[in-house]
Amino acid sequence: MTLARSGAALEAEGSRRARVTAVAVALLCLFALPFVASGYQTFQFSQVVIYAIALLGLNLLTGYNGQISLGHGAFFAIGGYAAAILIVKFGVPYGEAIPIAGAVCFLAGFLFGLPALRLGGLYLALATFALALAAPQLLKFKAFDAYTGGVQGLLLAKPKAPLGLPLTRDQWLYFLCLACAAPLFWAAGNLVNSRIGRALVAIRDHPIAAEAMGVDAALYKTTTFGLSAAYTGVAGALMGLIVGFVSPDSFGLFLSLSFVVGIVVGGLASIPGVFVGALFIEFVPNFADRLSDVLGESAKAMPWAIYGLLLILTMYAAPSGAAGAVRLLMQALERRRRRA
Amino acid sequence: MFAFAHQVLSGLAMGSVYASFALAIAMIYQSTRLVNFAQGEMAMFSTYLAWAMINAGLPYWVAFSLTVVLSFVLGAAIERLVIRRFDSAPVLTVVIVFIGLLVIINSVAGWLFTYSIKSFDSPFPESARFGGGYMSPHEMGAIGVTLTMLALIYVFFRFTSLGLAMRAVAQNPVSARLVGIRVGRMLAIGWGLAAAVGAVAGMMAAPIIYLDPNMMSGVLLYGFAAALLGGIDNPWGAVIGGFLVGVLENIAGAYLVGSEIKLSVALAIIIGVLVAKPSGLFGRVIVARV
Repeated sequence: MTLARSGAALEAEGSRRARVTAVAVALLCLFALPFVASGYQTFQFSQVVIYAIALLGLNLLTGYNGQISLGHGAFFAIGGYAAAILIVKFGVPYGEAIPIAGAVCFLAGFLFGLPALRLGGLYLALATFALALAAPQLLKFKAFDAYTGGVQGLLLAKPKAPLGLPLTRDQWLYFLCLACAAPLFWAAGNLVNSRIGRALVAIRDHPIAAEAMGVDAALYKTTTFGLSAAYTGVAGALMGLIVGFVSPDSFGLFLSLSFVVGIVVGGLASIPGVFVGALFIEFVPNFADRLSDVLGESAKAMPWAIYGLLLILTMYAAPSGAAGAVRLLMQALERRRRRA
Repeated sequence: MFAFAHQVLSGLAMGSVYASFALAIAMIYQSTRLVNFAQGEMAMFSTYLAWAMINAGLPYWVAFSLTVVLSFVLGAAIERLVIRRFDSAPVLTVVIVFIGLLVIINSVAGWLFTYSIKSFDSPFPESARFGGGYMSPHEMGAIGVTLTMLALIYVFFRFTSLGLAMRAVAQNPVSARLVGIRVGRMLAIGWGLAAAVGAVAGMMAAPIIYLDPNMMSGVLLYGFAAALLGGIDNPWGAVIGGFLVGVLENIAGAYLVGSEIKLSVALAIIIGVLVAKPSGLFGRVIVARV
């Protein structure tokens, strides 16, 4: 008995060590990346980190809490514009503008979440779909021109590395994105494994049972909406910084839909999955652009055809996405190891 | 006063398009409790088919009829091949599948017909012969075509046995199956009908809003707003909602907010209805069962 238990403890210790090693190696790779990659590749990987943050926000809402949002591009836009307006019009340093943008988005998400409370899954999808479509028009609205720059958008200066660090702007921005992502991922990881995370999942799986267990569904749902919008807003603020530009037409319906593609492909209710999703939505359009050089202009439509097919196939064959597929694979390997 | 009447009447013209859309949405909602997010793209694709046929030299009304028939077949095929697989799936899954359909149809249209904006001729004469200048001939014609179509659909559902079977399936699929109605087939026909109605709406809208792969996003949004305003589980309420929303859109555009943020008006209508009266003007209030 004791022997068996200590064996199990040893195994647990071993798997914990393996996990720590894996995380350390991954962090080292992330850290070394901008020194081996070209400037443009560094920029692309900054975008991957940013998409991962945005997808994490959406996944908290849709994957864990079961509230469907087809309009997170709008919160991405609010974050980007809030940061840009603070920096350009009010001279706020970017280090402060990013968290303020997150707070603004938390408020926006919380307020949007209030009517959303009364809406069941399908109606929320409808309302957020409308939000995604309306966002670019609102950003172009003449009455806000003085702040938003209207159709032209706003130009931002890409920040230089502080303290005389020997980094290019792209390298510095990459590390800035990582520095923002790390606490956000840490917090989200802790959140979903806590009492609150279990409450979120309970509300998703059976709202009435959750309420009967004493979960304040209304409060949890609106707060999750706010938190999710805050994550996506921080991502939007970072995107504005690394691109050096925000404009209404970069925040259309298809941005919101690509976030949905990202969390579905990566895996609903999975935190590591958002990286798969982020890599996917960053590099598939690039790949299609390169194909369009060979196949002609019309191949530009390709990524969305691929996205659509993948959405339907994933839902049909592997509803838990890439993360779920990996999990199943690991379980199969584990079983085989046990048997051997 | 003339200007105001003009705004109201031309609002009725786009309203007829929204009414058709709202009807298509409500028809699918009634039988499956689902909202088809790809409805707009399906109509866009049908309109492109009509455009291609007219360009190939077919007379307008021949192309019109062929498009309606083709759309019916395509709509029924989508139900049989794709939607059927997700019969009892959770809402999230089905919404994602609809989004998948939306982006596939959009990109296939972009690939086949390019993203450049095309004009689409109206079948109605250019010169205003009636209406005293309040409405253009196309606006009059669009309203006429829509009303004719609505009358036909009413007759179909009210006076044919197939229509009766479809209403039975929408109301109670289990009992309908017990009396020998082929429920699956009725659902496919419902999807086909919705696609055909959407195609007519697309062809009536195209001369006003021009033809491009993203033409329908605004129309779809107003169609949603119309269906919700009228009551999404009441097709005739949805139709009335369509005309209301069309007039509301024009008046808001002319007197309140300008035309640049028309989509936000739809957003406001959608959220307003959902918050204030989720069952819409003519919908049934549903009490959830635990």
